[in-house]
Amino acid sequence: MEIKVLGPGCPNCHQMEELTKKAVKELGIDAKVDKVADIKEIMKYTMSTPALVVNGKLKHSGKPLPTLDKVKELIRAEV
Amino acid sequence: MLKIFSQYITYSLLKLKYGSHLADAVEFFIYDTIKIFLLLSFIIFAVSIIRSFFPPEKTKRILSHKKEFIGNILAALLGVVTPFCSCSAVPLFIGFVEAGIPLGVTFSFLISSPMVNEVAVVLLFGLFGWKVTAIYIGTGLLVAVFGGIIIGKLKLEKWVEEYVYTFHNGQGYEITKLTFKERLQYAKDSTADILKRIWLYILIAIGIGGFIHGYVPEDFLIHYAGKGNFFAVPIAVLIGVPLYSNAAGVIPIVYALMEKGLSMGTVLAFMMAVTALSLPEMIILRKVLKIPLLCVFAGIMTVTIIAVGYLFNAIL
Repeated sequence: MEIKVLGPGCPNCHQMEELTKKAVKELGIDAKVDKVADIKEIMKYTMSTPALVVNGKLKHSGKPLPTLDKVKELIRAEV
Repeated sequence: MLKIFSQYITYSLLKLKYGSHLADAVEFFIYDTIKIFLLLSFIIFAVSIIRSFFPPEKTKRILSHKKEFIGNILAALLGVVTPFCSCSAVPLFIGFVEAGIPLGVTFSFLISSPMVNEVAVVLLFGLFGWKVTAIYIGTGLLVAVFGGIIIGKLKLEKWVEEYVYTFHNGQGYEITKLTFKERLQYAKDSTADILKRIWLYILIAIGIGGFIHGYVPEDFLIHYAGKGNFFAVPIAVLIGVPLYSNAAGVIPIVYALMEKGLSMGTVLAFMMAVTALSLPEMIILRKVLKIPLLCVFAGIMTVTIIAVGYLFNAIL
């Protein structure tokens, strides 16, 4: 399973990354969380960061950040 | 109702002496805190509902078919309602350029977005009344429209980083359709999110207000920076440009300056300079804009904001 957190590196993006890592850990699934700061890569999916991409699908973008439960739900839908 | 409640706390619960400075300050603080937080929650919620209809992708589509001028006006208006965090400025900028939106129109959006927003509106309304609020919104939009038009006329496309023009995403991204329930949820989350980030600034603003209300004599600063001083506006703007804060953060200072007798135009120009121009935003925009364009942008904004300050001082 491939999970990406897109964001150029603002506080919101860091928070999103933490949130996603926590969600993966609590779900106990085998997935790597990649932080993507490259603008070309980000632009493939969205204009609003922070964003969450699971298995190549955009699951969340922009503010406000989703809750931990919501992130878990978004990831679980792709398992 | 609110008034009675704050008087009850001040005089019955805290047993402060009627008419004393401390009692005045405390009563004012309680009254304003409740009033402003009620207003804030209500307005942020309402704006968030509107906002859920204008994701950046939709704004991009609306603007992509527009000519300059009409485009500038629309961009300034959409800047107010499109949810957008300054860290998204780069992808958003590239997305706009890619969609063929003129540079000047893109700037109208980037200028109005941080300057005119619901938090600024509520705080101005709560502390200064609807007249000042309307003037701030109106001129904020004007600054965004004209700033964008001037940048468009100067034909500065060559000072945009070349790689920006290499993006070709084709048809753009999908827009997720939200149900009404999802919109309500979005508005609720976003209200909580914004309040969480700004509540402290607001308490400080009201605290300063209450304190000054009770203690510092009016026209304390008027001698130095009142209407009579021709240089008050440019000085306030030049001080405001390097300072960086969101609307919520700058309001405590603005309020303090107002209460001490600075004129409205000077204070609003200061607030615009702080919110519309900031070093962190410049550093983010540097990724897509070359330095000459950043300087032109900062220069045009500074001059326009100073002009607005003089205009206010003349008419208010």
